[in-house]
Amino acid sequence: MSENIYKPYLMEIEQIVEETPDVRTFRLKFKNTAEAEKFSFKAGQFGEYSVLGEGESTFCVASPPTRNGYIECTFRKAGRVTKGLANLEVGDTVGFRGPYGNTFPIEEWEGKNLLYIAGGIALPPMRCVIWNTIDLREKYKDITIVYGARSVSDLVYKHELKDWAERPDIKLITTVDPGGQTPDWKGEVGFVPMVLEKAAPSSENAIAILCGPPVMIKFTMPVLKKLGFLDKDIYTTLENRMKCGFGKCGRCNVGKVFVCKDGPVFSYEQILALPEEY
Amino acid sequence: METSRKLIRKQSLEKLYNQLSATRKVYAPVIADDKQVEFKYNPGFAEVTFEHIRSTLSVKNIAFPKVENLFLYSNGKTESTITDIDLNKIPEVVLWGSHPCDNAAFDALRSIFEWDIKDEFFSKRMEKLVVIGLSCHLSDAYCFCTSVGLAPNSSKGSDILLSPLHNGDYQADILTEKGASIVNSFSELFESTSGEEVVLTTVKQKFDHEKVTSKLNGAFEHPFWVENSLRCIGCGACAYVCPTCACFDIQDETRGKNGKRYRSWDSCGFSMFTLHTSGHNPRNVQSARWRQRIMHKFSYMPDRNQSLGCVGCGRCSSGCPVDMNIAEQLEALQNI
Repeated sequence: MSENIYKPYLMEIEQIVEETPDVRTFRLKFKNTAEAEKFSFKAGQFGEYSVLGEGESTFCVASPPTRNGYIECTFRKAGRVTKGLANLEVGDTVGFRGPYGNTFPIEEWEGKNLLYIAGGIALPPMRCVIWNTIDLREKYKDITIVYGARSVSDLVYKHELKDWAERPDIKLITTVDPGGQTPDWKGEVGFVPMVLEKAAPSSENAIAILCGPPVMIKFTMPVLKKLGFLDKDIYTTLENRMKCGFGKCGRCNVGKVFVCKDGPVFSYEQILALPEEY
Repeated sequence: METSRKLIRKQSLEKLYNQLSATRKVYAPVIADDKQVEFKYNPGFAEVTFEHIRSTLSVKNIAFPKVENLFLYSNGKTESTITDIDLNKIPEVVLWGSHPCDNAAFDALRSIFEWDIKDEFFSKRMEKLVVIGLSCHLSDAYCFCTSVGLAPNSSKGSDILLSPLHNGDYQADILTEKGASIVNSFSELFESTSGEEVVLTTVKQKFDHEKVTSKLNGAFEHPFWVENSLRCIGCGACAYVCPTCACFDIQDETRGKNGKRYRSWDSCGFSMFTLHTSGHNPRNVQSARWRQRIMHKFSYMPDRNQSLGCVGCGRCSSGCPVDMNIAEQLEALQNI
């Protein structure tokens, strides 16, 4: 019997972290050790996660390839599949197909300063590449992370934000929207684009990686341009609805570009060449 | 393989059909009670039509079924198992009397299902498929095969292509190993050809597909899409009758502990096709969805899959409830 490309790996939920009231992170382990040994992926790639009986949903692998033996995914309870996922407990089974798609070109970024900018639930698709470059810390110069959410309770990976804040080799700026702060909030208050403009990181020998809701991207781009970032040095990920994940089911394309095959990682230069269909 | 040409007499054709039908599944066109032409498994030879222009549905379901299980599962709380579909159980099927447009469509489907990573569900069915095509001696105003590089006697996709002669006999072009193997098994039914001329219909060329493809580059924002999709009701009929439309959905269906994950035909014309969970929809209006349909077939597929996504069968137009005519639109598109 040949390979069934639609068949997921069976994974066991090893750990669940409640990131916010409706966002969860699962640590998943392969049930079959032979499959675990064969499996490898790179930062930026995604998969189809499934609850048998509910269907599949597309999200990135949120853990870095530098951490072996498991993968992590972070999702917000929103649709049928993510509601099904949210009902699962440690020890339960999740299906996973992947990895699919292209990767962040982190080898090309060696020797450069990295500026990560994320908003809300868009930190998970970036967490993989952030940790990947932190785990290879000596290969990169300054690493700056700007992360914002609507409110303090909407910040995901709170335990990791604390770690990053304490590390001398990472500059972390966290912010919440005005009104979203708590009395003991020590980060910034304001929208990501304004906070970024105030921090004014240098664009010299730097790469910017940007993920967030469309409105955040819209207002952050002019700031990056003002700081001197070139379109080719700004990266983001696109997310379109998918079913297969490998260029056959016909729904994720933006013009002739398949988000599942040619993406999800694109430079801003590539994005500008696309029709507005994302 | 070197192709060869034989003659098969009307009575021998009946014998060939009956012998094939006695030993394997033969999928052949019949005229149903409601006068619609449909393909059926192993109808009696007397029922098989040689006089149809187009069946209501294409024959793509032979290689890409309307609904197809991808695997079965059993879902306990912690113990879940997945059972593969045994693709070796897919039977050999002889597709009989399908026209050149429909047979060429298998190549277009292959360009999607075997692009990048191979989809075994499709490939295995294609492996087991033998196509005995039938050239067209009839056509109507909806036909436009000659506009997309085909003809009433195109051999693309056929293993054997039958073409009618004036006296009721058929010329048989043997085009592939699979075709040759059938002819060898029934060699007594085939004779040397006398070189008689075949009876073919004439299909007028309506547009130049290369010109359309080149016009589509840069036509994304053209007002054409809104103007020409205003009456589209997004019913998806065009995609369901289309022999090359390959877009699909994947869903789960469970009864108790057991269930199946299946794929089923889908349509880019449906409003929910690209809808995100957040409510955002990249193709949020019908004009964007109509543009996707044309662009996919005449721009994206030629570029990414080295194949046109249209064979000119005319079903999308003849089956459209609001009478949108794709050939007319493509004709207009080449001049925008």
